[in-house]
Amino acid sequence: MFRKKPPPEEERRVRANDREYNERFQYASNCIMTSKYNIITFLPVNLFEQFQEVANTYFLFLLILQLIPQISSLSWFTTIVPLALVLSITAVKDATDDYFRHRSDNQVNNRRSQVLMRGSLQNEKWMNVRVGDIIKLENNQFVAADLLLLSSSEPHGLCYIETAELDGETNMKVRQSVSVTSEFGDLNILSSFDGEVVCEPPNNKLDRFRGTLYWRDKKYTLTNQNMLLRGCVLRNTESCFGLVIFAGPDTKLMQNSGRTKFKRTSIDRLMNTLVRWIFGFLVCMGVILALGNAVWEREVGSLFQRYLPWEPPVDNFLFSAFFSFWSYVIILNTVVPISLYVSVEVIRLGHSYFINWDQKMFCSLCSTAAEARTTTLNEELGQVEYVFSDKTGTLTQNIMSFNKCSINGQTYGELADPLGPLPKRLDFTQFNPLADPDFSFYDEKLLEAVKVGDSHTHEFFRLLSLCHTVMSEEKSEGELLYKAQSPDEGALVTAARNFGFVFRSRTPRTITTTEMGRTVTYSLLAILDFNNIRKRMSVIVRNPEGKIRLYCKGADTVLLERLHPSNQELMAVTSDHLNDYAADGLRTLALAYKDLSEDDWEEWSESHSNAEKSTDYREDRLASAYEQIEQEMMLLGATAIEDKLQEGVPETIAVLSLANIKIWVLTGDKQETAVNIGYSCKMLTDDMTEVFIISGHTVHSVRQELRNARKRMLELSQKKDGEKVEGMEGWGEACFRTNGFEDGQKGDGTAERAGGGGGGGEGNYLQRSQHSSHSSNFMDIISGECALVINGYSLAHALEADMEVEFVSTACACKAVICCRVTPLQKAQVVELIKKHKKAVTLAIGDGANDVCMIKSAHIGVGISGQEGIQAVLASDYSFSQFRFLQRLLLVHGRWSYLRMCRFLCYFFYKNFAFTMVHFWFGFFCGFSAQTVYDQYFITLYNIVYTSLPVLAMGIFDQDVPDQRSLEYPKLYEPGQLNLLFNKKEFFICIAQGIYTSLVLFFVPYAVLSDATQSTGVPLADYQTFAVTTATALVIVVSVQIALDTGFWTIFNHVFVWGSLGTYFTIMIALNSQTVFRIFPNQFHFVGSSQNTLMQPVVWLTIALATAICIVPVLAFRFLKLDLRPQLSDTVRYTQLVRQKRRKPAGVAGAWRGAGSTSEGRLLARGSSRRSGYAFAHQEGFGELITSGKNMRLSSLALASFASRHSTSWIETLRRKKNTPTPPSTAGESSPAQSCLSGSVPPLSNSSSVLGNSQETPIEEETDTTPVDNTPSEKVLFSVTSPALSAASKAADHQVSAEDT
Amino acid sequence: MGKDDTRAGPLVRRPDNSAFKQQRLPAWSPMLTASTVLPFFYLTALICMLLGVLLLLTVQSTQEIKVDYTEAGTCNICLQKRKNVTNGALPCSCTVVFSVEKAFRGNVFFYYGLRNFHQNLRRYMDSRDDAQTVGRAGNLKNPSTYCEPFRKDKNGLPIAPCGAVANSIFNDSFSLVYHGSTGGFVPVPLLRNGVTWYTDKNIKFRNPQKENLTLAQVFEGTAPPPYWQKPAYALDPSDSTNNGFINDDLIVWMREAAFPNFKKLYGVLFRANKPFTKGLPVGNYSIHINYNFPVQHFQGRKEVVLTTLTWFGGQNHFLAIAYLVTSSVTLLIAVGLTVVWWKFGRNGKNMEK
Repeated sequence: MFRKKPPPEEERRVRANDREYNERFQYASNCIMTSKYNIITFLPVNLFEQFQEVANTYFLFLLILQLIPQISSLSWFTTIVPLALVLSITAVKDATDDYFRHRSDNQVNNRRSQVLMRGSLQNEKWMNVRVGDIIKLENNQFVAADLLLLSSSEPHGLCYIETAELDGETNMKVRQSVSVTSEFGDLNILSSFDGEVVCEPPNNKLDRFRGTLYWRDKKYTLTNQNMLLRGCVLRNTESCFGLVIFAGPDTKLMQNSGRTKFKRTSIDRLMNTLVRWIFGFLVCMGVILALGNAVWEREVGSLFQRYLPWEPPVDNFLFSAFFSFWSYVIILNTVVPISLYVSVEVIRLGHSYFINWDQKMFCSLCSTAAEARTTTLNEELGQVEYVFSDKTGTLTQNIMSFNKCSINGQTYGELADPLGPLPKRLDFTQFNPLADPDFSFYDEKLLEAVKVGDSHTHEFFRLLSLCHTVMSEEKSEGELLYKAQSPDEGALVTAARNFGFVFRSRTPRTITTTEMGRTVTYSLLAILDFNNIRKRMSVIVRNPEGKIRLYCKGADTVLLERLHPSNQELMAVTSDHLNDYAADGLRTLALAYKDLSEDDWEEWSESHSNAEKSTDYREDRLASAYEQIEQEMMLLGATAIEDKLQEGVPETIAVLSLANIKIWVLTGDKQETAVNIGYSCKMLTDDMTEVFIISGHTVHSVRQELRNARKRMLELSQKKDGEKVEGMEGWGEACFRTNGFEDGQKGDGTAERAGGGGGGGEGNYLQRSQHSSHSSNFMDIISGECALVINGYSLAHALEADMEVEFVSTACACKAVICCRVTPLQKAQVVELIKKHKKAVTLAIGDGANDVCMIKSAHIGVGISGQEGIQAVLASDYSFSQFRFLQRLLLVHGRWSYLRMCRFLCYFFYKNFAFTMVHFWFGFFCGFSAQTVYDQYFITLYNIVYTSLPVLAMGIFDQDVPDQRSLEYPKLYEPGQLNLLFNKKEFFICIAQGIYTSLVLFFVPYAVLSDATQSTGVPLADYQTFAVTTATALVIVVSVQIALDTGFWTIFNHVFVWGSLGTYFTIMIALNSQTVFRIFPNQFHFVGSSQNTLMQPVVWLTIALATAICIVPVLAFRFLKLDLRPQLSDTVRYTQLVRQKRRKPAGVAGAWRGAGSTSEGRLLARGSSRRSGYAFAHQEGFGELITSGKNMRLSSLALASFASRHSTSWIETLRRKKNTPTPPSTAGESSPAQSCLSGSVPPLSNSSSVLGNSQETPIEEETDTTPVDNTPSEKVLFSVTSPALSAASKAADHQVSAEDT
Repeated sequence: MGKDDTRAGPLVRRPDNSAFKQQRLPAWSPMLTASTVLPFFYLTALICMLLGVLLLLTVQSTQEIKVDYTEAGTCNICLQKRKNVTNGALPCSCTVVFSVEKAFRGNVFFYYGLRNFHQNLRRYMDSRDDAQTVGRAGNLKNPSTYCEPFRKDKNGLPIAPCGAVANSIFNDSFSLVYHGSTGGFVPVPLLRNGVTWYTDKNIKFRNPQKENLTLAQVFEGTAPPPYWQKPAYALDPSDSTNNGFINDDLIVWMREAAFPNFKKLYGVLFRANKPFTKGLPVGNYSIHINYNFPVQHFQGRKEVVLTTLTWFGGQNHFLAIAYLVTSSVTLLIAVGLTVVWWKFGRNGKNMEK
């Protein structure tokens, strides 16, 4: 990132195949660098960075102070050893992190792509691709940079891309090259292409591109429709060529990925505050002691000068006091131990490894283990209050499966016993050689019905095989590949295929299917395309017998209105079924047909073509034409598609919401889909009093809607709480009540146990906490029984500065919030909003590049790995492959981490205060001369050797309750959210305890030793004995304290606690041995003191006494707290203990299952409120695409040119519809383009007669021939039509190019 | 995920199923329950009580006499004399009389004590050179800079032993006389050696050795500390092994006291001859003091302490009383906790549900 920044671009000029020209502008190359150091810069840069840390600079400063002899109260090594240790540990960690960044950069940079160089394709690394190069992409390849599409293997320079990585939308998108370049298939032409593109500078707007191509003195407008963006994947396109416009850091993907922010946890921030306070405290103590020194030197020291003259520079007491201040700063610096930071890092690293190692977060399907990519955020996982989740790929697998259907009032696909073993998957291969082996269905009855030949069933599947916009590809016989623009359609067509109605191929005019082994070709008369308003699509086909039929599928709400009155009865039954399906969270569709007589068709066709041809209000006219014919249909049945949730999603969401974590779903998907998923993953339930939908288009309406929602919520909760609301107390109570109520509903088993076990204690605690933390905000305590759904446009308004508060207060009052149709940036904005207004810890989870922003801006970002894209994972702090692991990450690992970190910090501050404050007390006895109490080696080693490992062991291994308990009692998570375990209050308690301990540790030895003698009569009041006694007492007291704090004694804790004590004695005796003294007499003058001291019974009696006095009150307080105000965790622990004693196996396993099934049962009672299930990831325009023949891979030039006439038309339509977010009805203006049915009426009648002939007669003969024969016959058919059309198409071509210029 | 043995295929990257990595290490998770905490408190109280009683009884059996001689008896004259710096070097001796009401049984230890003398000042404590006193030839002639301003004398000769600690050595000397029942004066014999730590005498302090040279020759070229009346090699004329750095009084003094009030061992009663075989008999005693050490500058006091010892040292009431107090407080807490647990505790009741 040290690249020199050129001045901001105003426009970008790129000339194809002219590197020299392009180099003049110094555009960024395609090399991506996220790493920070290289080998040479590492040491200086890293040290520089480390010394930017206040703590490190502080210790450096101390080190310098210690080199001044007048001040030096400690040897220099007491500071430099820990400092060097800390710096090197951090450096090693940074180096490793950077190494991995280098590796991932390299991996991306070294991906290969084919670059056109001097007329031939060369395999180049991505990093060597330059702006202005022409590169070739192949199917399923990632796009290497932002490209201008020049040409593709598909006709008309079309190519398909998947932009999931970029914006999370999973449906395929079409891109088309500018017409002039679309024919560039040949390398020579391409390499001689020297067009120049002038366009906007790099920006992060994914859906906009403005530029102009200048070539051969002509101008061609370029739009986003011509661009392939980095991060997209090429689909269904053999290959294509593109011109690199933006590369590397300039690409829209990278521009969108936001800046990497260094994330700090709230504990970090608290720690920094506390450290600042401690510095203040340190200075205060220094000042007090310096004042003491001034007074003492004046009153006593001046008289004592006979024995200790003031040193030359210190010729009066004020100087002495000044030096004394700094000396005391050095001595007392251990209140802010340097090892604090490094210990915290080590603990976090340990926790990260535990996350990486967790087998229960390993997905065996994709063979991915969870990964903690950032090692500094672990304890924050225990404090999460808001989870922002992406939908596609995160909550759902993005796999649609045909799950149930209702045919003629008969429902299929219900499992007889939902709790029983899964019945056998139906084997279709016997029955149908063309079946898709991956398709699974379990209800045999449906297959029977098909085999028996039930006409309704046949018609049902016939509809599914005809009424869609799927393209098929048959590489070899029977090996069908469907390319559906939405997975829903794919699922339906695949279902039909398996039940014997195989869609084989289509031409603009025909659809060929294999029905029960018989090849049938229908002539396709019209596609009445899908759009958001119609929520349905129809096809009109003529079957080989010549009967014309309209098949329609669509949202049940829309379709059921348009049925023939005779369907009443069936409609009622089907409606019930639809309710059931919807209740299960399935996406429903109703199917219907209508027979048309030849006259009807002619008549309608006439009106339709008129509508198509009309220039004004075309959309409306078309719609009304469609409306006209889609009437009085006969109901066939309904389908239910399961948008397969990832495993365990509803359970995870339930557990998380029990843990008081609020889950927001932010998705780029449509509102219907999002709501549907909300229901199926139990975020939304029918128990909810209300689901508010905010979909206003103006600021005003959004504000109004938000206000109304809030008013309504207030009313509801008032109604519910009734007269109980009496002041704040009442609110608190109400809140508690609802929470309890919710418990009871949500997870019966769990709540019962929690209620039984935790009962009063928990309630009490809950009430307290809720009351204290939320009483300030009324909105917060409204019972969380409402949900909010807001869509992108409204969200844009809601995120404006003056609406923020309004939005936040409404949204946070809701139990579930779903934002749909949001852009990546909006996702991040929502997260930022909550961060800003709620002071709560946020977590964002997602899988695609569109979630990167959100992942980066949330406190914690989680990436779903194991999918194709890695952008989200790369940006994330944690990654795993299944959403359900989130509960383990938060409730188990996060909770533990938080607990451990808090306990660690409490103890750490305690032990350092106990250690350091002894010097303070001693100051009053040693004339404030900055004499230390302990030996300098003890001071050096205390923090890094004697007391570091036990507390590290506690920080790494401690557990209060086992992992399965924290999943069983999600309420255990709450202390983290409320920040109960380590806050300023807890800190002061620790400090107070430390100071108390230091008092005891100083005054007990003082009182005892000043009079005591050895049994040989030698007094014990000498300094060295006192030092050894106090040090030993200190080590023992803090060891006992850590033993008390440790709640989980693993072998490591034992080894470390006992080992530390042992190490202390060993090292001390070694340092006091004559060997080292003989070598360095001036450094080790404590020779023999430990042996002499520790042999004395009175010393041990002193130590025992001091320990007892230190520990007894602590123990008493702890016991009282546990006894009078047990936390939920204590209760759980106690039950655990009792349970262990009784050895009674706990019957917990079925809890969730039970809860799940009951809620399911309740769901059945749901109304039809949300049954508008035609919420596909559907896009308008594909109907036109098909009927125009644009996307058919046909070699016939004639046909291609025939179709090219419409090429602009459908793309125009598509583009226009995309660009105008408002519904098409308001767009009003008509487009010059039509679907083929209208735009080409004369040729149609021509060709249809030809087709008609060929259709009606040969089909009967063809039934026995293999399907492969179809293709050549089609070709023949089309070649017949081609001469007639070629002239017209040429004319059209001219027209297009003219339009472009 | 139950199968641990199948680690082929997709499970290659699966984390090990070890107890350590899965955080399932066998562990002991103690909990503060009433059944553990309350007995602990009672037990602590009991142990403290027993220890306190035992210590109190032991302490009661010791005897101690403190005599502050700063200005007692004839010493007042010496004190006045020492006030004037010019008389600093003049000898002065005085006598203090005291009586022993109850015979001292067993070994009797003779201490001198100083009050308000700060041996624990940082710069004072550092002002010594252990390398010199351990007999390093180099440091003898070139003492560590820590000894400043007592490193070299006015003539630039290195001081041995250097530093403020050695310089300020306590240089009063005592002789104890028993006024026997018969009226005669019996000098009380004091053993002046064996008053140091073994390690100090044998490891920490060594005389510099040079072949075939006497101690005086070795110390040639050095100066005694300014306040010393005698050079280091001639501290004890009666015992040639008690000179130089390994002089017992010097070693005792060099073991700096932690607090401004301290006592240091001067000698032990030599019990070989009557009437001192059982200790100090009842009667009057006088101490003859060579009053050299000036304390008036810093408002200090000087005293002499005579004491007998038990297994845990000299008279020390604090420890016994502290144990008794701790015991009773612990007992009070224990009773309080029991009551609270019994009456209000939610622990037991709650959890039993």
